[in-house]
Amino acid sequence: MQTILSIGLDAFAYGMALFIICIGLSLTMGLMRVVNLAHGAFAMIAGYIASYAARDLGMGYAIAIALAILGTIVISIPLERLLFRRIYGSPELTQVLMTIGITFCVIGITNYFFGPTLKTIPLPEALAQPVDVGFRTISAHRLFVIACGVVVATGLWFLIEKTAFGIKLRATVDNAAMADALGVRTQVVYAVSFAIAIGLAALGGVVGAEFLPIEPYYALRYMVTFLVVVSVGGAGSIPGAVVACIVLGAIDTTGRYLMPEFGNFFFYAAVIGIVCVFPRGFFGRAQ
Amino acid sequence: MQVIAPSEKLVAPSHTGAQIGRDVAGVLLIIAAGLAGYWLFPDNLALLTRVIAVALMVLSLDLIVGYCGIATLGHAALFGAGAYAAGIACVNGVTEPLTLIVIGAVGGAAAGLVMGTIMLRAHGLPQLVLSIAIVQLFHEAANKASAYTGGSDGLSGLMPSPLFGVFEFDLWGQTAYLFGLILLVFVFIVLKFVVSSPFGMLCRGIKEDQVRIRAMGAFVFPVLLKMFVISGAVAGMGGALAAISTQVVGLDSVSFELSANALVMLVLGGLGTLYGALVGTVIFMGFEHVVSSINPFHWMTMVGALLIAVVLAAPKGLSGLTDRLFASGRAKGGR
Amino acid sequence: MSELFRVEGLTKSFGGLAVSRNISLAMPAGERLALIGPNGAGKTTFVNLVTGQIKPSAGRVVLNGDDVTDLGAVRRVRKGLVRTFQVTRLFSDMTPEEHVTLTVLQREGRASRILSRFTGDSTVADEVHGLLGALGLVEVARRKVGEIAYGQQRLLEIAIALALKPKVLLLDEPAAGVPSSETPRIEQALERLPPSLAVLMIEHDMDLVFRFAKRVVVLAAGEIIFEGLPFEVAANDKVREAYLGNYANARSVA
Repeated sequence: MQTILSIGLDAFAYGMALFIICIGLSLTMGLMRVVNLAHGAFAMIAGYIASYAARDLGMGYAIAIALAILGTIVISIPLERLLFRRIYGSPELTQVLMTIGITFCVIGITNYFFGPTLKTIPLPEALAQPVDVGFRTISAHRLFVIACGVVVATGLWFLIEKTAFGIKLRATVDNAAMADALGVRTQVVYAVSFAIAIGLAALGGVVGAEFLPIEPYYALRYMVTFLVVVSVGGAGSIPGAVVACIVLGAIDTTGRYLMPEFGNFFFYAAVIGIVCVFPRGFFGRAQ
Repeated sequence: MQVIAPSEKLVAPSHTGAQIGRDVAGVLLIIAAGLAGYWLFPDNLALLTRVIAVALMVLSLDLIVGYCGIATLGHAALFGAGAYAAGIACVNGVTEPLTLIVIGAVGGAAAGLVMGTIMLRAHGLPQLVLSIAIVQLFHEAANKASAYTGGSDGLSGLMPSPLFGVFEFDLWGQTAYLFGLILLVFVFIVLKFVVSSPFGMLCRGIKEDQVRIRAMGAFVFPVLLKMFVISGAVAGMGGALAAISTQVVGLDSVSFELSANALVMLVLGGLGTLYGALVGTVIFMGFEHVVSSINPFHWMTMVGALLIAVVLAAPKGLSGLTDRLFASGRAKGGR
Repeated sequence: MSELFRVEGLTKSFGGLAVSRNISLAMPAGERLALIGPNGAGKTTFVNLVTGQIKPSAGRVVLNGDDVTDLGAVRRVRKGLVRTFQVTRLFSDMTPEEHVTLTVLQREGRASRILSRFTGDSTVADEVHGLLGALGLVEVARRKVGEIAYGQQRLLEIAIALALKPKVLLLDEPAAGVPSSETPRIEQALERLPPSLAVLMIEHDMDLVFRFAKRVVVLAAGEIIFEGLPFEVAANDKVREAYLGNYANARSVA
């Protein structure tokens, strides 16, 4: 029982970190119909910015996070303008190629400037300490990640379901031409959603750095994991992404605890099983 | 809207004859280019043989992506299955090269059958994810079954016997290269027949509109699965060739990276022509050889930039670009 | 006249919305039936139900005495239940000749052969040219479909359907989107359809309907509201209401 709870807590924290990164991707794919394989690259960029700010410039953790999010969004704006905007509505293969291309460029450039070594993001005192949660101790940082995940999920749900922007977003997704005719500035809606997605990737990249360490190959190494989460959850679905992250986080973490020598074997086997049974993901919409 | 010019014949002559003429010329060109490589780069024959092995994989990828319209990022699973099948057979005493190629083809075809059966259950993004998950699963399986595959150290010590009992696989790789070239030309000719057979036309139809093909009374799944098996056999031959020529099978032969690179090569060269697959492979691997020997990360940046450029400027790949240039040249000439 | 084809109580609901309600219809060989009705009446849904693109919530489809309700679209085509599409679904890179050849080969079970040539069989080639000739497509037989006129594409849709040697043919608006200068050719093609074939045509062009159909069925809100001879249609109150009622309402709202 102790072990189960213990694994469960770690799995949950890992799942939440995945969630924060992936939900942005799920939104771009589900709502904007763009297969953005470069999503992880943005999380990585954020990790580098945060690491540089916190470790090399000695800024606080909170400031580093804020800077990372802002910086990543600023970097993403010209990319959205020049590159992504051309592949909205293109066939999947085109989108895959373009965004893999962007990923490769980001990896190459990052390595050129920062080198191939791992970058750490120093945690503040308060988050580095272990916290006693009754049956075991857990680092405060993991609780912080869980809290972030919960805040992001509710915040997004509120934004999409309860605000005027959410209504415009859903209208644009359902029928962009009609929304346009009704006076919704769809280009702006797309740009804002894209920025939100990138901002979430950035947040996830920084707070999840303990689970997914920051290095140049980050963008490629976890690209597959992120894609898997989104397609298992069903693109565009927040509850789907939550469930997928928790399930896949649990499978991955349990696998590592119980059968470390089999690495990702069970993870991918589970993915194949899940996608075969739920070809549209847990909460995917019918097309 | 079409105005038929009076000089134009109402019924165009059958283009089959012209097509065959062009394909004969194409095959001769491939042979010429292959022999030119043999004379020009005698010190790089190992690399050139590797290019041929990968070209076989990219050709087989074209069957799936270019002719059936299924995007996959897991094609190295088929290449690797062939490589490991041939490699394991070789260390266990089957050393005749042609037999090893056949074993590789069978291994690849079996993997193609498995991969097709799984991938064809889904469409779109989930399908893409399945392809990645399958290649990763194969990768993990090859890694863990180290008793048979050598795990992360790779499977080494392959000692293929002389080809036809006469031609030894020499240190300079001359035999391996010429063997590979003959294999490539043979496969290419066979594939040209496959894609212009009724089956090939059916696949092209499926790529464009599955609903229409069903309304013509044809089942889609068995046709696509058949193509997966053929594609697996070709990719498997590529894997077997790589195993025989390098005498090692590494884990990198079943990797996501190799799958992604193969797709890049194909798209660079152009989809759905078979020629594009060859052109893309040669150009990509040539550049890779030059640039990555300077700095592997510059290579990534370059590939990335190249991909973006191809998507923006030449969505049909380089062969599409030349077609377009020819077309505009003709139009100018005609005026 | 013996009955060739019959649907019984065909019903389809999406969620709570019934788009087809209890449709029953029978056709003998040689039938020329027009299915008309206002937009959104469920005409194309009916074709999709009959040809197996979607599964009905209730009801049966019977062809030649066999219940085909549980068969998929492909098996129904192989049994002779063939359709055309309201918006052409053709392969823009292939020629009309290739379309029809592929269809003929597929009908003969030879379309998935690898070890045979696509062209070169003279019996197939003769049949293909016969079909293309009958529909006036010989001139454009070897041009890419993307380059030929829309009216010719519509004719090619019919040629493909005929190449399947259907027993029952469902034409979903064969003249939709065709400029009026080209409609006579479509009409001609329809007149030349094999006499034994049972044809159901959905069409909005009433001139075409009157000239082509021996019998008319009117569908409104998923239900058959009229079945009878063409000249009776205009006089029927229910039909008038179904077509004009909408406009009357629209006017009172505006």
